[in-house]
Amino acid sequence: MEYFSPRTLNETLILMKKWKGKAELVAGGTNVIPDMRARAIKPQALIDISNLKNLSYIKEERKRIRIGGLTTVSELACSKVIQHYVPILSEASNQLGNPLVRNRATIAGNLADASPAADTAVPLLALEAEVLTNQRRVPIDQFFIGPNKTILKKDEIIKEIIFSKPNSNPKMGYFKLGLRNSMAISVVSVAILMEMQEKGCKKARIGLGAVAPTPIRAYRTEEMLVGKEITSELIEACSNEIAKEVQPMTDIRGSAEYRREMASVLLKRLIRKNIERK
Amino acid sequence: MKLIKTYTLEININGEWKKAEVSPDETLLYTLREKLGHTEVKEGCGKGDCGACAVLLDGKAVNACLTLALQAHKQKVITLKGIGTPENPHPLQESFVRHGAIQCGFCTAGMIVSAKALLDENARPTREEIKKAISGNLCRCTGYKKIIDAIEEASQKLRRTMNDKR
Repeated sequence: MEYFSPRTLNETLILMKKWKGKAELVAGGTNVIPDMRARAIKPQALIDISNLKNLSYIKEERKRIRIGGLTTVSELACSKVIQHYVPILSEASNQLGNPLVRNRATIAGNLADASPAADTAVPLLALEAEVLTNQRRVPIDQFFIGPNKTILKKDEIIKEIIFSKPNSNPKMGYFKLGLRNSMAISVVSVAILMEMQEKGCKKARIGLGAVAPTPIRAYRTEEMLVGKEITSELIEACSNEIAKEVQPMTDIRGSAEYRREMASVLLKRLIRKNIERK
Repeated sequence: MKLIKTYTLEININGEWKKAEVSPDETLLYTLREKLGHTEVKEGCGKGDCGACAVLLDGKAVNACLTLALQAHKQKVITLKGIGTPENPHPLQESFVRHGAIQCGFCTAGMIVSAKALLDENARPTREEIKKAISGNLCRCTGYKKIIDAIEEASQKLRRTMNDKR
């Protein structure tokens, strides 16, 4: 096995081309190292990208926010910009793993690992984020294709995550249901963003984790929420719809039935909380 | 046969520069314990769930089992022994003893490293903040209350020392 510690993105891409999928990228290492230990992956080389310091930033622009791929989950959780504009992303970051893991884990690593329960993916779906790689810009709802599978090619690397700042006075909410408060892999997680108008929602976006082979959006439920007065009947109808939209499975953390039920319950709570909030 | 190359790691541990020959997939935990004699860094789960191997890397508390040794190249690592020694203990170590916050002792090194990282950033943590800071460290004797008490008292003592110096 060989080890490389490139200093620039260009060097990294040359190495990736040369090793053609036989090398593994390592940044925080919080997924790659346990995977190697479990022999789930057997790379012939490690390309340590933790020294690409210029891929670690949170930039606020006039209309959007750009996050460098190597930004750690701790940095995301503590960022004033993220807390101010998109608290759902700081809340989700704050509940990923534990403090020791958050100090190493990166946002690009969390996405590239593509766990169905990936914590940062859920708010990023609700924010309609885009993933910028060295080759293209991909909407995050097209980024995941299966458990631990993404559209990333062997010579492709995540550079940046981009999303628009939500419009004025958006209502947002996030909830992660785990078996405990810390070091929990979510059983169900939900992020919601609602842009309000005089009567009801102008736009609704719902991201869900751990209820399908990948983190998902609940498009049909989102549509139901738009343009109508938010009554308890509508909330009930939305919670019934989301139960049909999710495709959960049973594992050691929870049964498919439980996950489906909880997706409904959490959605109801988050919508209610959002409309109560001034 | 697969060839595993080794690389020379230069690392500053508790203020002293050391060298070791390490392989690419070797964890910082393995190097510290097996090659550099730092057995105060404990191996619990080996996959980031227990926090027994916590060290300060560049001032931040991390799991040494989730860090490649080579990722600490030319960097500063502080282990429990760098925080305080039997001859010159840190207020955290003193208060852990005083509160009986040590039962079997296996989690203690990691607990104190996480607590040190907290107090470095926040001199006046609430009990909730203390709980959050040690949420990556498991104590299977479940003596959490005493651990939280000990960290709280150490923070008070450190604040008093700071005030006395002023």
